[in-house]
Amino acid sequence: MKYDIILAGVGGQGVLSVAAGIATGAMLQGLKVRQSEVHGMAQRGGAVMSHLRISDIEIPGDLVGMGSADMILSMEPLEALRYLEYLKPDGRLVTAVESVVNIPDYPDRDEILAKAEATGAAVLVDAKLIAKEAGNMRSANMAMVGAASKFLPITQDKIEEAITGMFAQKGEEIVAQNIKAFRAGRG
Amino acid sequence: MDELVLLGDEALALGAIDAGISSAYGYPGTPSSEIMEYILEHSEKSGDIFASWSSNEKTAYEEAIGVSFVGRRVLVTMKHVGLNVAADPFMNSALLDIKGGLVIAVADDPGMHSSQGEQDSRYFAAFARVMCFEPRNQQECYEMTREAFDISEKFHIPVMIRLVTRLAHSRAVVITSPARKPNILEKTDNTRGWMLLPALARRNWVSLLDRQTDFEKYSTGTDYNPLTINPDFREFGVITSGLGRNYYDEAKLELSSVPSHLHISVYPVPVDKIRKLAESVDKLVIIEEGCTFIEDYLRGYLPQAIEIAGKRDGSVPLTGELNPDNIRGVLGLSQREGLKTDIELPGRPPQLCQGCPHADTYAALNEARESFSNSIVTSDIGCYSLGALPPYNAIETIICMGASVGTAKGAAEAGFEPVTAVIGDSTFLHSGISPLVDAVACNTPMTLVILDNGTVAMTGGQQTIMPSSKLQLLIEGIGVDPAHIKTITPLKKYHAENVEIFKQEMNYKGISVIIALRECLETARKNKKSGGSK
Repeated sequence: MKYDIILAGVGGQGVLSVAAGIATGAMLQGLKVRQSEVHGMAQRGGAVMSHLRISDIEIPGDLVGMGSADMILSMEPLEALRYLEYLKPDGRLVTAVESVVNIPDYPDRDEILAKAEATGAAVLVDAKLIAKEAGNMRSANMAMVGAASKFLPITQDKIEEAITGMFAQKGEEIVAQNIKAFRAGRG
Repeated sequence: MDELVLLGDEALALGAIDAGISSAYGYPGTPSSEIMEYILEHSEKSGDIFASWSSNEKTAYEEAIGVSFVGRRVLVTMKHVGLNVAADPFMNSALLDIKGGLVIAVADDPGMHSSQGEQDSRYFAAFARVMCFEPRNQQECYEMTREAFDISEKFHIPVMIRLVTRLAHSRAVVITSPARKPNILEKTDNTRGWMLLPALARRNWVSLLDRQTDFEKYSTGTDYNPLTINPDFREFGVITSGLGRNYYDEAKLELSSVPSHLHISVYPVPVDKIRKLAESVDKLVIIEEGCTFIEDYLRGYLPQAIEIAGKRDGSVPLTGELNPDNIRGVLGLSQREGLKTDIELPGRPPQLCQGCPHADTYAALNEARESFSNSIVTSDIGCYSLGALPPYNAIETIICMGASVGTAKGAAEAGFEPVTAVIGDSTFLHSGISPLVDAVACNTPMTLVILDNGTVAMTGGQQTIMPSSKLQLLIEGIGVDPAHIKTITPLKKYHAENVEIFKQEMNYKGISVIIALRECLETARKNKKSGGSK
């Protein structure tokens, strides 16, 4: 079993914390994980992409090939489309619907969402709304982890264990909000 | 034995810690910074290692040489272009009788994710005629670093470990082994091996050349350069280096026969193994991360007895980094296709943070420039390099650390006016001071703007080597007229005032310095989080 994910978003959106949630859950389940991150200048509000590979046997490379990703998981709809060529024909395109408009030529959002839908692979998530209902706007990332988790080869309790560990230092309330967002995202 | 999830950088750092280093030095630079950060964190907790950022890579390397001189192990870290700065001590240290293990970790950036060039540090190791290890995963980062220290002491040479971005910044499980004790403090008993007077250096040079055979013997014998021959498949054989091996290992599952294969991760190149491979195949495919280092050795200039496919003939891209896709063609595998969309997607380049002090400085500088018919603004390496992009379009040169100052001086002395150089505080302290001394000596008509945000922002907010409060004193001490050292606060409410100061100093026919002083937002946020500034 091998499951390749391309994580996408805009620098500062917390792509790495989404990756950490899934990666930790996978390891708690005894799976092998490789995760390629973006550090440095690219984090400054630019397009950010990370490769996350999960497998039950050792995998050599850190990067996912073209047409090989089982999932694109994006915090932002335009960024979701940017990496489409990585997606397998039967892969999933899980994306938040909220746009980050920090460039002058940002296309019409409805058009972007329509293009995402047109792939036939899209799972659109209103992560912002879920986070609001969970009582913590910053839990949108865990809502995205939740939406993705339905398709991942990782059990719900392992990911919840990972999320609990990630936020444990910030107190029980923050943990509860993030778990709530995760479950709502999972639907 | 522990299992830890580590970045390549962190695995290398832990390898050095477990190899018994007593000290570590470096200068921040993506993708190498996390090596020192890991060691700094470790040393804060356990206190058994002296770890410190230095002013620049040259001072870091020289400090490391001192540790080796007194018999202890030391790691020095930098990015590839940092080795250009440290080239002088690095090249010369190859001639020293290294005592305590001296390992230099250099992180290359093929694809230029965060760099101004793609240079391949393996050339530097070969240039200095020392050994180089090139790990391909986090486990090897850990193990090879430990091995590199042993080799450094065994052969009395500095040893390089070459990383690339994708390894430095990828995370995987690493299994550690019991730590080795640090060396005792014991000065070398051969100081003649440390004084490069021509008469002594000549002898050391011959000794280094003599030891090349030992290095080659090691690199031929080591399991880190594994050769497997498949006598039933002659069509082509493969040589990989670095991450090229990982992509090859995945792609080869799709090949109908497994080719003979040599993976090279210890240099100098294992010549005997290359010959053995070449005898067993009709064609050599070379997949190496970086420049054509191995390939050029094999191609040479004379006609070949064997066909070679690699970067020189375009079988593998000559620029950028390797990936699972661009190595498929040379192996005869077809390209895989993913989904497509027909909408045109605008790029989203990195940008200055909302409210960044640099943006306010650039706004004032841009307005001041409007009062001159023509002007030049040179700049440097840091977050403020983003001032090259819209909406700022504020700067016109970005070359290497500190170059803004010297470049401005040259342009001014060639007769252009006004010329302004823009540099960050950390870059100024790294290598902007010397050219400012030059400018003071000539009273060059130029303005130096130091963007003082009190941090090394671009690489993640490391502490600047000297606090902001000392900067004015330093500049006065160099000899800049205090009447022409101005400090401004880059905030919108002071915009008009700041524009006037820029105009005044740009009109002044001598050297002037403007310090734009305001803390980096990211650093301020981090300090607030950790409960007060450091």
